[in-house]
Amino acid sequence: MSAAHEARLKLKGTDMKYMLLIHTRESDYAEMSKAEGEKRTGAYMAYAQAMQKAGVIRAGDRLKPVSTASTVRVSNGKTKVLDGPYAETKEQLGGYFIIEVPDLDEALSWAAKCPGASHGAIEVRPIWEM
Amino acid sequence: MASGGETARAAAEAVARRSYGKLVAFLASRSRDVAASEDALADAFASAVATWPETGVPDNPEAWLLKAARRRLIDARRRRKTADDAEPHVRLIAEELDSHAMDIRFPDERLGLMFACAHPAIDPAVRAPLILQTILGFDAAAIASAFLVSPTTMGQRLVRAKTRIREAGIPFRVPDPADLPERLGAVLDAIYAAFAEGWSDPAGTEARRRNLAEEAIWLGRLVATLLPDEPEAQGLLALMLHAEARRSARRSSQGDYVPLAEQDIVQWNHAMIDEAEALLHHASRRGIAGRYQLEAAVQSAHSIRRRGGDADWSAIVSLYDALMTMTESPVVAINRAVAIAEVEGAEAGLAALDTLADDPRLRDYQPYWAARAGLLARTNNASAADEAYEHAIGLESDPVVRRFLQQRRSALG
Repeated sequence: MSAAHEARLKLKGTDMKYMLLIHTRESDYAEMSKAEGEKRTGAYMAYAQAMQKAGVIRAGDRLKPVSTASTVRVSNGKTKVLDGPYAETKEQLGGYFIIEVPDLDEALSWAAKCPGASHGAIEVRPIWEM
Repeated sequence: MASGGETARAAAEAVARRSYGKLVAFLASRSRDVAASEDALADAFASAVATWPETGVPDNPEAWLLKAARRRLIDARRRRKTADDAEPHVRLIAEELDSHAMDIRFPDERLGLMFACAHPAIDPAVRAPLILQTILGFDAAAIASAFLVSPTTMGQRLVRAKTRIREAGIPFRVPDPADLPERLGAVLDAIYAAFAEGWSDPAGTEARRRNLAEEAIWLGRLVATLLPDEPEAQGLLALMLHAEARRSARRSSQGDYVPLAEQDIVQWNHAMIDEAEALLHHASRRGIAGRYQLEAAVQSAHSIRRRGGDADWSAIVSLYDALMTMTESPVVAINRAVAIAEVEGAEAGLAALDTLADDPRLRDYQPYWAARAGLLARTNNASAADEAYEHAIGLESDPVVRRFLQQRRSALG
């Protein structure tokens, strides 16, 4: 066993949490046939299952489209609500996973396996432990 | 007789020279905190210089320094009181140190540290500086002057990168085999960038830069030793040794620029060339070609002049052909055109250069215009050559090379 591998095993108790933010084009879904849509959903389910099996997944959800989003700001004690997402972008935040893994390389490798990585982009953010 | 203080200082400095990078790598790979490890080690060295005159130099100075540094790391954590989650790392170091206490050697994690510094999540521009600082202990000011940026800017970049390593959880280890070729490429590129910075001072007047080339070779040697089955690691070392072997031949005794083809082979460092050739031979047995092996092979084909006769230009052309398909670099394309001119004549070389004429990257690239001027002169097209030399001279910043180009230009007649 290599020294690095040994160190990795020992560090098991000091895993880090990362959020994988899935940014994809919502319009893709609208243009998709029903069969294609089911295929994509199936891919996400298989992915979540694989993370479950590996014991790394802590949470994960799919978000409804940005057309359902509201954005809230409070300034001078007045609440302002905007009907829409925080930022208009070509790709939208469509879901997330929270995983717990030993280091960034493991997180990046899970991000690469996410179906969204091949039709959008996955932002990997370490979570601030309180 | 040397005083105890001097002896202790000399002992501490010897350990620093020999083991600095190993000590930082050991601490950082456990604490995940490069900056804190460097600080703790600096404190440990300071207390060694203060303590060793009284107690004598310990039998195992590295272990002594590691233990002192570990205490500093724990103290620093307590003072910051921010991250309880970091405690397991420090406990781990303590346990491990105890288990290694009787052992003279502790694990060499420098390769892991280099892979952390050249991680894809780290800005490529800061990878080489980061390796120079963490493995070799260069300070930010020295690195800044070598890379031609202000010390403040370099300092900020280094701090930011180290924070990123800690906060993003970048690992300190050799990547899995699937990722290794690409990741190793980044490590080798960083080392070569350090070498190139050192190489770009041909006069050798700037000690710092010369130093940088030597240190890069040292790093290349370290990687080639730690990864003996990676032909590109051997290839890079061979390439750097070939180039370094010709350092003093690049200038005449009057300080004039001497092009490779006109260099006096007596001035080449033949021991270095022999070592480079042996490395390249060893690497080629793996049968996996790569950029650094090919570039080293080009240098090898030039070094054939040692045995009398000319460089092997047709081999050089096919090596550049292979490099072209691999990199699509315009710099490679220029060198290829020059090699073609040696094999098939200046007209053929010019024709190869003409295919690059539309590349906007070459409009302000001195070697393109110098190569063009040289080939035009050989085809007796003096007025076009004159124009190309003028362009090249205007783009050159090194006065010695500028003087060389001016001489060639006035020789057009």
